Amino acid sequence: MIAELGHYALVLALALSLVQSTVPLLGVRRGDARLMALAGSTSTVIFALVLVSFGALTTLYLQSDFSVVNVFENSHSAKPLIYKISGVWGNHEGSMLLWILILVLFSALVALFGANLPATLRATVLAVQGWIIATFLLFILATSNPFARLDPAPFEGRDLNPLLQDPGLAAHPPLLYLGYVGFSIAFSFAIAALILGRIDAAWARWVRPWVLTAWIFLTLGISMGSYWAYYELGWGGWWFWDPVENASFMPWLAGTALLHSAIVMEKREALKVWTLLLAILTFALSLLGTFLVRSGVLTSVHAFATDPARGVFILAIMVAFVGGALALYAWRAPSLKQGGIFAPISREGTLVLNNLFLSTMCAAVLVGTLYPLALEAVTDEKISVGPPFFNATFAPLAIPLFVLIPFGPMLAWKRGDLNGAAQRLLAAAAIAAVGGAMAASLVQKGPWLAPVGLALGLWLIVGAFSEIASRAKVLQEPLSVAWARAKGLPRSAWGTAFAHAGVGVLVLGVVGETAWKTEFIGVMGPGDRIEISDHAVTLTDIRAERGPNFQDQVVTFSVVRPNGARLPVSASKRFYPARQMPTTEAGMIERLSGDLYVTLGEPQDDGKIVVRVFYKPQVNLIWIGSLIMALGGVLSLSDRRLRVGAPRSAKAHRATGHVAPAE
Amino acid sequence: MTRKQRRLSLIVVAGLVLAAASALVLTALQDEIVFFRSPTDVAENKVTEGTRFRLGGLVEEGSVERGQGEAVRFAITDTANTINVTYTGILPDLFREGQGVVTEGTLDQSGLFVADTVLAKHDETYMPPEVAEALKAQGYWQGEEGSTQ
Repeated sequence: MIAELGHYALVLALALSLVQSTVPLLGVRRGDARLMALAGSTSTVIFALVLVSFGALTTLYLQSDFSVVNVFENSHSAKPLIYKISGVWGNHEGSMLLWILILVLFSALVALFGANLPATLRATVLAVQGWIIATFLLFILATSNPFARLDPAPFEGRDLNPLLQDPGLAAHPPLLYLGYVGFSIAFSFAIAALILGRIDAAWARWVRPWVLTAWIFLTLGISMGSYWAYYELGWGGWWFWDPVENASFMPWLAGTALLHSAIVMEKREALKVWTLLLAILTFALSLLGTFLVRSGVLTSVHAFATDPARGVFILAIMVAFVGGALALYAWRAPSLKQGGIFAPISREGTLVLNNLFLSTMCAAVLVGTLYPLALEAVTDEKISVGPPFFNATFAPLAIPLFVLIPFGPMLAWKRGDLNGAAQRLLAAAAIAAVGGAMAASLVQKGPWLAPVGLALGLWLIVGAFSEIASRAKVLQEPLSVAWARAKGLPRSAWGTAFAHAGVGVLVLGVVGETAWKTEFIGVMGPGDRIEISDHAVTLTDIRAERGPNFQDQVVTFSVVRPNGARLPVSASKRFYPARQMPTTEAGMIERLSGDLYVTLGEPQDDGKIVVRVFYKPQVNLIWIGSLIMALGGVLSLSDRRLRVGAPRSAKAHRATGHVAPAE
Repeated sequence: MTRKQRRLSLIVVAGLVLAAASALVLTALQDEIVFFRSPTDVAENKVTEGTRFRLGGLVEEGSVERGQGEAVRFAITDTANTINVTYTGILPDLFREGQGVVTEGTLDQSGLFVADTVLAKHDETYMPPEVAEALKAQGYWQGEEGSTQ
């Protein structure tokens, strides 16, 4: 009954989404305010329906109702409660439902917060969202029904893939989808602008909070995924340049570019046509990501069971939306009023460079990701493009961008003063140079590029806050005055500083991890001791344990850290009988200075075991840096400027009603 | 600067960055790609000794020798030909006899494949597409993998 209810809610949502796709547009054409306003109500109801459907699937999981195929294949009655809930999206059908839930959530939010939008724009944006919603509802109902029944119902489920029985699953997909799908709003706004044939600074102001929100979630989602892979897969890697990772990274790069170009459009009414294109491409890359992950056309270390038939469907969706959008763009964009042109040395100029580098980096990742497919189609030759390709292409593009970042906020709009900016960045340059030199003299081993990388990271961090310091006049005024001035700066200035400093922190982490990590692999038995990067690691105990739905072989080590502190750390190999599947649980001592990371290999005939130990200096800065970037995004989002004219109070809303403001 | 010069300077900078990026991508695609080979390709001498490539197929039943130090030896087969592989490191959790696997490394003089990477999968029903192709080429196919519907 619950399954049928969930299924029925989805079908109803599909029917309503068809209404939302068409009727508001008719209203725009006829100038009928009532038809246009319909989009708001349908968005809200569709959201409620999909929520009911999602709730139904969650209930089925909680009840362990194995008469539903999806629950049977991905759950087990002995599974801990949290994994019964997160297991809902630990499979293709359920995660697709979550994808759609987030999509309709965003539409409902646009309907809710979009009261101040011109009625025609709001109706058109929601109608375009309606097309996307209808297509994906059709997709899930036609190819991936999560409510399909099984008869007779088995007594026990097959259990969730053990690798997914981790808190990481609870957070990673929802965050990632909030990012991916959030960009659909920018897409819909772009299409609406093209349909209505008008675009201006106000458009950028309306779109920017949505882009920023999506960007924050995508940043968190990617870094969360990276951290999850780091501790769960047991190889100690944090980024593999794997197709599935690239699939999420490309929309991030394009979205970051969009975030910056929208600023130019809002402030200077320039880069309009380019910003529209970026909005379309960012969502196109999100769809491409969904396609790559779910179709299984590329070998990936993160790939799950896939079905080519679904891949073809998603490919068709992607071709229709991206092709249609680009055709519309080619037709309508030339007729849009072009924005102004500006001096190369100016805030706009640096933002254009930012966009140039970010989109080129994105293109390089795209080529590397899709080249194997293209080559196979043309020559039948199968190849893989791995980290060496991306390191050789991505890094040389990233370095100049990183050098340029601190200059951006220092330059004024219209016409910047490069000399003045350079002077104000002198302190940052000096600190970076000293830091790099110190690193070079202290650590002799490792590649020569590593100290340069460290200097670059410091340059980004100090450079980011130099702007705040110079605006607060830290050197000219007494400290209390400067502090008061700094507090008075707009939140967006702080947001920019934090986001850019976050990049610097991330760079420090990447450099430390790649240049100075050390590794030991060997057979160890109780009492055996090894040394790695000034840590003494002694194996103390090997024993067997039992978990709720697994058996555990736990190996405990005693670690003496360089400061003399003694800490226990245990790693284990688990075996899940329901799936006949083992997993490796890494043992870690996490410190800001670096992680000691222990994993287990094959047990030996003589009772010993293969042990792999890494020491990864500064690796945690990678995720801390991402968090700081996201924090910068949140600060910027809370800026007054973006809230002005955004959600007004309910009273004011009622007073004005749904009458379209004059455009 | 006039409007025209400004526009020109923008185009020149964009052109330079794009040209540099294209050069980087093209050289990297020359040097940094790794070919996929099946055991039959190796047997037919399609690979030169010392070049990196990916070797994929099924892990031959009964071929895995573990428990003798940190190196693990096994054989990869596409049912027509079989190549012996040695790997030092920790095998992925889902490495099992009879399952599809992709490894990366080089061939030594004796014809032994020295792998430094064994690609893991997250899911036991996942079959790497190259391996599926290689098996199809030998007329051996276990049916459509992974469809859970």
